Formats: sequence, C-alpha cells, structure tokens
Amino acid sequence: MKKTMIGNHAASWGAQLSRVQVIAAYPITPQTLIVEKLSEIVADGELDAKFIKVESEHSAMSACIGASATGARAYTATSAQGLALMHEMLHWAALARLPIVMTNVNRAMAPGWSIWADQNDSLSQRDTGMMHIFASSSQDILDSTIISYKVSEQVLLPTLISFDAFFLSHTMEVVDMPPITDVDKFLPPYNPEYKLDVNNPRSFGALTSEEHYYEFRYKMQNAMDDAVGLIKKEGREFEKLTGRYYDLVHSYKCEDADLIFVTSGTIAETTNVAVDELRKDGKKVGNLKIRVIRPYPKQDILKAVKNCSKIAVIDRNISCGYHGIFAQELKGALYNESDIPVWGYLAGIGGRDVKVDDIKEIADETFKSKKPVDMIMKGVKI
Amino acid sequence: MLIKFRTDKKGVKISGAKDMPPMPASLGLMNWNKTSSWRNLKPIIDYEKCIDCFICWKFCPEPAIKIVDERPVIDYDFCKGCMLCAEECPKDAIATEVEGK
Repeated sequence: MKKTMIGNHAASWGAQLSRVQVIAAYPITPQTLIVEKLSEIVADGELDAKFIKVESEHSAMSACIGASATGARAYTATSAQGLALMHEMLHWAALARLPIVMTNVNRAMAPGWSIWADQNDSLSQRDTGMMHIFASSSQDILDSTIISYKVSEQVLLPTLISFDAFFLSHTMEVVDMPPITDVDKFLPPYNPEYKLDVNNPRSFGALTSEEHYYEFRYKMQNAMDDAVGLIKKEGREFEKLTGRYYDLVHSYKCEDADLIFVTSGTIAETTNVAVDELRKDGKKVGNLKIRVIRPYPKQDILKAVKNCSKIAVIDRNISCGYHGIFAQELKGALYNESDIPVWGYLAGIGGRDVKVDDIKEIADETFKSKKPVDMIMKGVKI
Repeated sequence: MLIKFRTDKKGVKISGAKDMPPMPASLGLMNWNKTSSWRNLKPIIDYEKCIDCFICWKFCPEPAIKIVDERPVIDYDFCKGCMLCAEECPKDAIATEVEGK
C-alpha cells in the first residue's frame, strides 16, 4: 500500500511492520516524530509492544539491552547529543551481541547548537561494533528497518540506521508499505539460543579476563564478515517480496565512468541527478553510494571503481585534524589494491544545502585537477 | 558454564573461540575466568620439607591452595604468584620459579 509520509514516520512504520516488542525512547529533535508516531501506533493497538518512557537516551538503550537480552525485539531512535549520551551502551549492545535495531537521525553535534543534517554524530559510533547503514530515501528507511532485524538476529549484532535530518526526516515522500503478512513471512519471531530466563539462570556480561576477551572480539569480527554476505542474501529475499533490492553499495552509471563520486545519504540522491546532467554534457561520471559503512564493503567498492581514473568523495562530516571520514575509509580500502587517485570534498556540513550545481562544480574541479587533494572544504566562507 | 575446555598435547586445559558462546555469558560461575596468566612467579611446594601446618593455605588470598589428601596443593589455574605462601612458610618449603622467561 502506497502512503505519503515523512522519513521519520517511515522509521516508525518500519518498526511496526517488524513487530517490535519493546520501544524505549527519549525525545530529541529531529527524531521525536519517530517515537511520537510509535506511541500512537501502540496506543491505537496497531502494535503489541511495551512503550517505555525513560529519562535519558542512556536509559533508552539500557532498557533496549535488557529487553533484547530476554529475547524481545527492541527498538529505539535518537539524534546527535542523544546518540552521544547512548555511546557507552552502544558498545554494550554490540559486545553483548544483542540484535537491537535503532534509528539515528543525523544531526550536527553541538555547539553551536544545531538541529540540522550532519553525519558526525553517527560516524563517531563507527567503532562500537554496530552495523551501520546510511539510508537515502524514506523507502530505504522503512525497508532497512525490516531487513536489519533479519540480518541482526542472525549475526547477533545491533544495527544503527542513520539518515539526514530534515532532508529526509521531515520531508514527505511516497512510501510503499509491504503488507504485514508478507513481512511476517520474511521476518520470523526472534528466538535466541542464549537469553535471560528465570528457569535457566545465567550471568551475562560478567567479568572476562584476558584469557577470553580477545576471542569474543574475534567472534564479533567473524560475525561482521558474515554480515556482508547476509545483507546481500536477505536483500535478495526482500526483493522477492517487494521488488526492491538493497545492497551495501549502489553504483549508478559507474561502469564506463572516468570520474566516480563516492557519496552517502541524501547527497547520494542529489549526485545521481547531477550525474545525469553531467552525462548530457558528455562527461563520463558515475556515483557510488555507500549504503553500509560497517561492515565496510571493501570488495564491492573495489569492483565498482576498478575502471575509473579519478574518485571524488563527498563527505558531510569531518574528523578535525585529519579529513572527511568516508574519504579516509575509501583511501584505506584502495591502498595496496589500486592506484586510483582520490579527491576528498566536504559539503553540507551543519545542514548546509548541497545542490546539483555544487556537485557539477566538484566534477569540473576534479576533472581539471592534476594532483589529488585530501580535503577541499567546498563553500566554506573565509 | 557455557565455555567448554579442550586439552592440548601437553594435557593443559585450553579453550578458544569455538568453545565459547557468542557473548560473554555463563551459568553464573566465575571459575572459567582462570587467572593463571597473571602470574610472573610460580610457588612450588617441596613436600619433603613441608610439615602440613597449612599456614600457606590460611594465608593464600586467592585462595588457590587447597587441601588434598591432608596435604596443601596449589591450584595453578588460579594462583597469581603473589608468593605470600613462600613468605609465610616456617620451613622455607616453598621455592620460587620465574614463569615464561
């Protein structure tokens, strides 16, 4: 059934279709509408779930951890400062191997106090051990929520689904909602082998000396490696139901491109439009959208860029003291494997609009440039 | 206990990733957290000199000295090598060996 909805509500309905059993959340702009809608859905009896109002985001994730440990399907959503407050418990959820799926609306970290789009909040959680998806449309948000529960519950790792504030969170799009009977066929109830159970008491997360801790990390790394194939496999299963396929990367006109943009989130969608316009002008460009950054799709990226001569990464984030995080990661993936030069661009920091013309300017600049540059801060007013 | 132990060629109990659950979970017991690798010094009882006074058993803070067949026996899975036993032994019956040089 097709419905018009904002990106935030796509996340809410994604959780509803996944039949989440416990929702714990704290309001924060621009995420609030996600859990506000979910509270309505629960109150209206459209979802049989326990809705826990908590006093902070740290508590929200803690409640989800407790719920997930008992074998319940748990969900939460937050943004920026809220995600930062959750940080300790994100590590906990991952190391305790709890398949919680959460949504983060990418919002700039304060100060200066901001509510607008910026990826630094979720990229700061890159090393927690969560799988990390950047959705680029409302449909992607809804579908990713359902697919992520399926993948997370098999590899026992939590998933963080991020998307841009306002450009997606508060913008209306047409979203196709799969019938819940189809989703039920795709996503069976969660029934973990190890869970908190009064009839079979166990301790979870107990003191673990150096004799075993390293091995738990080894198992987590293996789970991440397994996730690469599973995301594709479950993506194909989901495609059978809905006709929509989600991969770790999506390449657009990359096959014969001289210049490939590497993008994520809503900037990726704008770049697709720019690619079409640049192609009309006879410029052979393509766009590689990184949808999943953890597990990092290194092989998919190498395959997609192998024929191009230049890469331009557009980052809506910055690791101050070095440069854009997607650019760093991409260069790490190419090193030892390829000698394609990489230009790093920053754009859209703090929610600044990135327009088709901005992307075309980046293309011109990269085509003209002879020597790759780590970071070019596009549009910064000096 | 969810962690299983195998025995290596030398008969030493070991466990690796394949013997472990995905997450740190147990039956509430802590005894799979062996502390033997913390040890730099290893106490060794000379049973010829030992008079079975059990002062070492009383002083061991772990406690990693057990009484087996009326004699003190060191449990090397848990002995951290503080050497208090050797210090307190009235007969100097506990020798010190340096671990893994």
